[in-house]
Amino acid sequence: MPLHRLALRAVPTSARRAIGWLAMAFVTLPLAAPATGYVQLPAGKLTSVLAGDADTAPLTIAPFAMRSTPVTKGEFHRFVRAHPQWRRDRVPATFADAGYLRAWRTADAPGDAGTEAQPVTQVSWFAAQAYCEAEGGRLPTWSEWEYAAAADATRRDARGDPAWRARILGWYARPATGPLPKVGGKPNVYGVRDLHGVVWEWVDDFNALLVDGDSRTGKDPDKLKFCGAGAINLQDRENYAVLMRVALLSSLNASDSTGSLGFRCVHPTH
Amino acid sequence: MHANDTRPRFAASRAATIAAALALGVAMSAPASSASPTPSASKQAAGAGTAAALPTNSVYQLPVALTDQDGRDFRLADRRGKPMLVSMFYSSCQFVCPMLIDTLRDTESKLGAGEREQLGVLMVSIDPAHDTVAVLKQKANERAIATPRWAMARTDAASVRKLAAVLGIQYRALADGEFNHTTALILLDADGRIVARSSQLGNADPAFVLKVRQTLEAGSH
Repeated sequence: MPLHRLALRAVPTSARRAIGWLAMAFVTLPLAAPATGYVQLPAGKLTSVLAGDADTAPLTIAPFAMRSTPVTKGEFHRFVRAHPQWRRDRVPATFADAGYLRAWRTADAPGDAGTEAQPVTQVSWFAAQAYCEAEGGRLPTWSEWEYAAAADATRRDARGDPAWRARILGWYARPATGPLPKVGGKPNVYGVRDLHGVVWEWVDDFNALLVDGDSRTGKDPDKLKFCGAGAINLQDRENYAVLMRVALLSSLNASDSTGSLGFRCVHPTH
Repeated sequence: MHANDTRPRFAASRAATIAAALALGVAMSAPASSASPTPSASKQAAGAGTAAALPTNSVYQLPVALTDQDGRDFRLADRRGKPMLVSMFYSSCQFVCPMLIDTLRDTESKLGAGEREQLGVLMVSIDPAHDTVAVLKQKANERAIATPRWAMARTDAASVRKLAAVLGIQYRALADGEFNHTTALILLDADGRIVARSSQLGNADPAFVLKVRQTLEAGSH
């Protein structure tokens, strides 16, 4: 039994509702009318697992609203019907590779009954960005995603807790033989769900993650490679689960799609 | 995946990615080669609302509005019709970006005057907050670029991200106002397909120059 399902079952529905309600109490700023399904995250500081030579200080995160769950197959189905230029048989190759929505039965429908609540995958960065723009938002930046994903059910930043780290890492060791789980896992302190344990997620600035080879030593092996200072140093090497995401995202092209890479959207609210 | 020179060489990260991929059964589809010369007439250029005849793997599928150093507004797709060298930079960069201009210039210098006339050069800023038209104009004058065949241009921040994504360029703003970015000279054919790229700075990359010549020979339209 996958860990995340165990975790879900361990929490009664009533308690999950209560946690969700408490999380909603954090909503203090008026939203710029994002679609339903968004929760508010307050401004705050983030010590990123990433740090360049010039920015080791904590980042300031402006308030934003984030989708509480990843975009589902059902939601993306409706998007493709409303924006047929994003059908797999019409999308330009520049924006999506041959794997884009490949598992769908037809070019405009997933075709699998009962999978509507699964997170959509096999989507390129361009398609994900277009979906978010259609909702009036955009993909989260890496910093926004990391900020949201640092929380657990009670703490805004649970990353220092070895038990929390181990729990998250457990997902990455889970064999992915079965179908993707439905969205709607346990909410974190902000009310955001499924940040860990379901899918990888695109971020707006995936192509900002210039992870350099020799960041282990802190040396700058090839100044000519990057303009300005050297590439990202991986500051928090204990946080493997999050670093794996960085490594994956930094290796992708914007037209790539994979069977375990989905996305969610945000709205800036400041 | 392209631009091997820019990929993470952090062995632990690589191993972690591979391990994670195995654990998750990540089915990375083979990355579509952006240089693949396979325009498909059956695919419409629907995403960009541009001419249907545009190859589906053309960079010009991306609707980007730009402004050059003389304040002229244009769309990226307006560059269609002749081969182009494209690069991204920021004007306050002290070290690599001047070399990037030198390298573009050296690459051009290997061509005959007639060939050069048939080649466009477009440098787009990754720092639109600071690279105003006036700043670009100053830089263009300073470096005496051959406008309007050469252009330094700016667009909005969201479009910079998309253009970089299309071109396979990574960049990241740093807290001190500098940027990290991969340096790349990218050759587009007359229809905006990526034909070749080079990250060699300084003297022109001979293999890249050869591609430029071949692409010019294949022609403009």
